[in-house]
Amino acid sequence: MLSSIIFLPLVAAALLAVPRVPDRVARWTWIAVTAAEVVLVGVLIARYETPADGGLAFEERARWIPSVNSSWHVGVDGLSVPLLALTAVVFCACAVYGLREDRRPRQHAALFLALQATCMGLFAAQDLIVFFVFFDLSIVGMYAAIAGWGHGRDAGRSALQFFLYTFLGSLALLLGFIGLYLAADPHTFDIPELIAAAPLQDHPVAGGFVLAALLLGLAVKTPTIPFHTWLPPAHTDASAIGSAVLAAVLLKMGTYGFVRIAMPAMPDAWRGAAWVVLGVGIASVLYGALVALAQTDAKRMIAYTSINHMGYVVLAVGAAGLLGGGTAARELAVTGAVTQMVSHGLITGALFLLAGVLHDRTGSYALRDYGGLARSAPVWSGLFAVGAFASLGIPAFSGFIAEFQVFAGSIGTTAWAAIALPGILITAALFLRALQLLVTGLPGGRSIGFTDVRAVEAVPVTGLLLLSLAIGVLPWLLLDLITPASAVLVDLVGR
Amino acid sequence: MEQSPLMLLPELCLLGGAVVTLLAGSFLPRQRQWVARLIAVAALLAAAVSAALAFPSHQDGHFGGGGDMETVFGAFVLDTATGVTRLVVVAAVLLVIGLGVDELAGTARESETYTLLLLGGLGAIVLAATDDLLVLAVGFLLASIPVYALVGMVRTPGAAEAALKTYLLGALSGILLLLGATVLSGIAGGTAYVDLAAGLAVAPAAAVAVGALAVLAGLLFEAGGVPLHQWVPDATQGAGTAAAAFLTTVPKIGALVAAARLVDVLPGPLPWPLLVGLLAAATMTLANLAALAQTDARRLLGWSTVSQVGYLLMPVAVVSSTSAAVPALLVYLAGYAVTNLTAFAVLAAVPGARSLADFRGLARQRPGLAAALVISLLSLVGTPPTAVFLGKLTVFTAAWDGGLAWLVVVAAVNTVVSLFYYLRWLVEAFRPGEPAPTADWARGAALAGALGVLAVGLGAGLVTALVGDGTLG
Repeated sequence: MLSSIIFLPLVAAALLAVPRVPDRVARWTWIAVTAAEVVLVGVLIARYETPADGGLAFEERARWIPSVNSSWHVGVDGLSVPLLALTAVVFCACAVYGLREDRRPRQHAALFLALQATCMGLFAAQDLIVFFVFFDLSIVGMYAAIAGWGHGRDAGRSALQFFLYTFLGSLALLLGFIGLYLAADPHTFDIPELIAAAPLQDHPVAGGFVLAALLLGLAVKTPTIPFHTWLPPAHTDASAIGSAVLAAVLLKMGTYGFVRIAMPAMPDAWRGAAWVVLGVGIASVLYGALVALAQTDAKRMIAYTSINHMGYVVLAVGAAGLLGGGTAARELAVTGAVTQMVSHGLITGALFLLAGVLHDRTGSYALRDYGGLARSAPVWSGLFAVGAFASLGIPAFSGFIAEFQVFAGSIGTTAWAAIALPGILITAALFLRALQLLVTGLPGGRSIGFTDVRAVEAVPVTGLLLLSLAIGVLPWLLLDLITPASAVLVDLVGR
Repeated sequence: MEQSPLMLLPELCLLGGAVVTLLAGSFLPRQRQWVARLIAVAALLAAAVSAALAFPSHQDGHFGGGGDMETVFGAFVLDTATGVTRLVVVAAVLLVIGLGVDELAGTARESETYTLLLLGGLGAIVLAATDDLLVLAVGFLLASIPVYALVGMVRTPGAAEAALKTYLLGALSGILLLLGATVLSGIAGGTAYVDLAAGLAVAPAAAVAVGALAVLAGLLFEAGGVPLHQWVPDATQGAGTAAAAFLTTVPKIGALVAAARLVDVLPGPLPWPLLVGLLAAATMTLANLAALAQTDARRLLGWSTVSQVGYLLMPVAVVSSTSAAVPALLVYLAGYAVTNLTAFAVLAAVPGARSLADFRGLARQRPGLAAALVISLLSLVGTPPTAVFLGKLTVFTAAWDGGLAWLVVVAAVNTVVSLFYYLRWLVEAFRPGEPAPTADWARGAALAGALGVLAVGLGAGLVTALVGDGTLG
């Protein structure tokens, strides 16, 4: 089942890429396949039962490279199921939004289907090489999306910067994986086996180097400061869909790597590095928020809030490595981190799609170019307002649930985590400022004659925001999945 | 120790094929030279079948390990490394002929080219298979002389200059290799590697160092590694496409396996792993930096092949300290051969294109060819799930396992640098523009090669099972 979920989009991509099917067929095939993926993941969640003793559900394993003990090993648990669901939903929303893409729509659909396969595969991977294969392929796919369909003047340059930067990260990750492989006895790339063995437990020096390589690779992808400089240009020059996928799904690969590999496989080293991770998280939260506040470009602003929001995740996983506090607080922090990944994906995906509408109509993201959009584009303004409030963490949306847990858990572990609290305030300020500049007042500048959102734009955005609302109102839907897995993870880190 | 010449059937097929191709070519009229091509291909297929049948059944990570290794005539080892080399060389020469048909068909020197390709392939196999210094010298000459001729085959000023440069450097390295072989055999009291292993252990370190370095210099020329790499970019740019594809692929296979066999028997106290590791680091770094500025696609690939030699020297460096080294070397060589030839097949398929900008419009006009280019270049970078990714994975693992973790970091940084110039080419291919006309045979070779690149990467289990038992380490 899991393998077919991963390969379905890939097969569809190949079918669209090779024969020259009409554009219309390509667009609707894309939507149909992503909708099928949502249904399949829904079935998977419906049939999912929390595996006993921290194991995996829907596990599949097939021979691949036996000589290095690497196999096609996929499986899910409470950490990966929410991200699989997020991936399916975001890509489906993008497919609907993509109906309006008129630049090479067939290749566009094929590319994003292939990209979806790599994301699905990454979140299901239980083998380091499989994980790495999908990690690297997602970079290649995103590069093609920015370079081929980006709309900035410097799209090629931004794409190259993105590729070089994240590729450096991925090679650091590969070095870390090789280190783990060589440390394990017998040598293996299998993630559950590595977690069970925790091979570098008694080797502080080697463990430190291997964890440093893993952290570098994952931090570039997340991104945390000081490795975030590729993100704003990549977002500015990517298309709306590209940005949505990049922010909503690809960034999660970094933080997912923390909870899937770095924390459970190297508990000792992780605890040693916990203060550093915590510090980087706090710095990312504050720095991301402050720089976002200073932006004059709507899309860059949203990009910097991504750094801020992912900072909460890093803060929480750092706190989870501090043994000072109680187990319950650390579990809460991890649950909050995973919830934040989902929440950020839904909300930021919606915001980037809305920003795409701005560019589509006028070609400008500058906040000062607009004003009074509430009058000329009431639906757009309403959706943007909802997205902005959800993103700044207003109760009833998923962001609140996530950030509440992150802070409750982290501050419960160490009071130092409270330093990051002003981040929430700054985020509120910057979103209110953006709302004020874009939406309020009399229509002026480019707002005059601004066409409101069309159905294909409004439907995916509404869908994503409704899901965020659902998680905000009925958080147990998501938390029931995550909580047992975070208990297992905290247990493993405490070894 | 058996002495049956039949054990060397694949080599005899190549030799016989070369002779018959040459003779047939001399008597055939110009427009029917395709018969010579068929003879060459038939000889290669026969060599491939006999090599596959003779593939050693025992699987072992080390050279001739397991006690049941077979040595023919006291100088030709029939182990897994030889078996893999035979298969890869034969497949590589077949692919070279496939991508060269459009370029060579009907030219004045068609049959001679096929003869030289077969002889050069034979030389590479002899280099890789021998464990005797004298046969190594013979293999060196057999592998390098056809290359000089192939480079000079097209009558352009660039080719003439490149041929002269290749010849001069080759002559120098050949003399060095002979000198080194003389010194080593003199102090060890024998030319066979078993004698070297025993004799050199008690010999003065300085003499061992001089002799071994001189022999290694010859092999580095053949492989195209620093500091004897200067001929590679010139020859790649100046020679015809098929010749360039051949000289950047086949001699390397033989020379690197030969280097691994030699380093394996070199004794302490000299730090051979460190020394070869430094050569590897210098080779990949220098070549990558040089490739950054290239605008000619052939020259860029020429530097790229030099940088790949850097990665290939990594397992050679650790050959005596980890059993993972030889399987890693063989996997990388196989992956590199098919990938590099695919890239050259794309060059051959667009014969009019010289500079990177000439590839504009390729993706629009020839999406299949552009896909082959994407796959081959991403494979050269080492992106999964391609052939060279598998090679890099195993090579990095082996080098780290062998105690050269710093070299792995250097190689990783170099990989990022290499991405820069490979992407420049890809970006041009996806820009709009008027593409040059394409050639059919080469396009087929490019597509076949691209499939091969993916097959090696995805069928990693089969490939690694072939090259050695290998639970690495």
